[in-house]
Amino acid sequence: MARAVSTQRKAGFTILAWLVALLIFFPILWTVLTSFKSEAEAIASPPTLIPNWTLENYIEVQSRSDYLLHFGNSVIISIGSTLLALLIAIPAAWSMAFAPARRTRDILMWMLSTKMMPAVGVLVPIYLIFRDAGLLDNVWGLTIILMLINLPIVIWMLYTYFKEIPVDILEAARMDGAILWKEIVYVLVPMAVPGIASTLLLNIILAWNEAFWTLNLTAARAAPLTAFIASYSSPEGLFWAKLSAASTLAIAPILLLGWFSQKQLVRGLTFGAVK
Amino acid sequence: MGSITLDHVNKTFGGHPVIPDISLAIEDGEFVVFVGPSGCGKSTLLRLIAGLEDTTSGTIRLDGADMTDAPPARRQLSMVFQSYALYPHMSVYDNIAFPLKMANTDKATIDIKVREAARVLNLTDYLDRKPRALSGGQRQRVAIGRAIVRQPKAFLFDEPLSNLDAALRVNMRLEITELHQQLKTTMIYVTHDQVEAMTMADRIVVLNAGRVEQFGTPLELYRRPANRFVAGFIGSPRMNFIEGADAAGHDAHAIGVRPEHFRLSSTEGTWKGKVGVAEHLGSDTFLHVQTDAGLLTVRAPGDHTYEHGDDIYLTPEPDRIYRFDRDGRAVA
Repeated sequence: MARAVSTQRKAGFTILAWLVALLIFFPILWTVLTSFKSEAEAIASPPTLIPNWTLENYIEVQSRSDYLLHFGNSVIISIGSTLLALLIAIPAAWSMAFAPARRTRDILMWMLSTKMMPAVGVLVPIYLIFRDAGLLDNVWGLTIILMLINLPIVIWMLYTYFKEIPVDILEAARMDGAILWKEIVYVLVPMAVPGIASTLLLNIILAWNEAFWTLNLTAARAAPLTAFIASYSSPEGLFWAKLSAASTLAIAPILLLGWFSQKQLVRGLTFGAVK
Repeated sequence: MGSITLDHVNKTFGGHPVIPDISLAIEDGEFVVFVGPSGCGKSTLLRLIAGLEDTTSGTIRLDGADMTDAPPARRQLSMVFQSYALYPHMSVYDNIAFPLKMANTDKATIDIKVREAARVLNLTDYLDRKPRALSGGQRQRVAIGRAIVRQPKAFLFDEPLSNLDAALRVNMRLEITELHQQLKTTMIYVTHDQVEAMTMADRIVVLNAGRVEQFGTPLELYRRPANRFVAGFIGSPRMNFIEGADAAGHDAHAIGVRPEHFRLSSTEGTWKGKVGVAEHLGSDTFLHVQTDAGLLTVRAPGDHTYEHGDDIYLTPEPDRIYRFDRDGRAVA
């Protein structure tokens, strides 16, 4: 009997899991479906579930704006900011994990606390700095700001992974004649590849989806896909179907990336949880 | 060449002195063992020599050159870690080749040296494997291979055998001793096991609470321990200590007698006692005897006739009685 109960419970949890997953996925599904409807069908009440499968929104979006320009900007900003962040975060996390000082813990907490601050609180000073430095509507300006925004998370994640690496092995490298950068490049980084890879993926996704700074610091030239979506919510009213088509185009690349790397992501995010 | 000199070396961790003040001179080609109970500072001392820890004060010289503030990479010392500390992402070949690569040795020379080290250590068949596919003994040999390949000034061993099982430990002990005889390079070996210390060392440093209790050859330490700590630490089973009237009779605060230095009799002797536990090793038997002078351990021949509960008389060999004063120092 106990077995039967456990099977029932398992089935219950499975159904619950599916329901939760569907609930989370539903807005994305609805966006994709709406993108294939006509504008009239998109606002119909009661709504239709299965669209008439028209591509007119995609054609319209393509003719109205330059998708590839925004896509290119998104790629440069998300990958660029991530690589830049890793370049700074790897040595930073090394020192915090393997050569901690009395205040290392405090510095880590302080870095994390910057993520608790509402971004809009520093919008004006950053905007002014960017204006004076000529970085407004500039992909490199955005790359730098997104790198700074995500740096605390990157350092924290790497710090957690590095803590799992036995310090003996790094000391062995030192004894074997490795100077600091060789120790990091030849020993630490190859051993931390899984952690670095998941940090990289997560950070690309975060940067890709970042909308506050990308909307406020760009106009046209440097606008990534987030700004491209926003351009379809106009003062003349919302065109749901076109907005959906633009959103689908914007999230498709990152959704695919997430899909193909989900094993790496899950491993990375649960790293150290189970030993 | 590889002489190592420590001059008033001091190490403090967070205001707490781990090594108050140590001066030592280790000669070129010597096999020196640091031995002591856990927490005595022996590993810290080794790490100071390696450069993995900074000294708080004092100087460390290698071949006369001041290396106190030199990073480990510049000291030309090799170290074998307790955990082996192999590079898990590299093959055995690359592990052994790593120190040579760091020294910018050319590929052909690296290949010759790695293969030679692998041959000496019986690792030739495993060169392509990753460390995780090796047994404990093989991993330890890779760690040694990595240490010998670039001909360092000295080898540092940090309890290298404590992760191995007993049989393998004896084997590796012999291999390391053999290696020392072949290479004639200075070796410093840290262990808490006094048997390893006695069997391997040219000279032993006995450490206690960050102080050098005695520095000498194994037999010197056994025959002429400087104090009660060394007397108790060196020798197995440990020395018996007797205080009170019996010690006063020898004009000392305490006297020490090693288990192997008793004469046994069933009729007469200095101390009368009853045999308690008898540990049979075959070649010897260790008798734990409850006497007027306290519980004494005695090493008896393997074929003795004493049984649990028997009366026994113990007489220490007169020229083998060690005398200690109130501070534990040996009295001549």
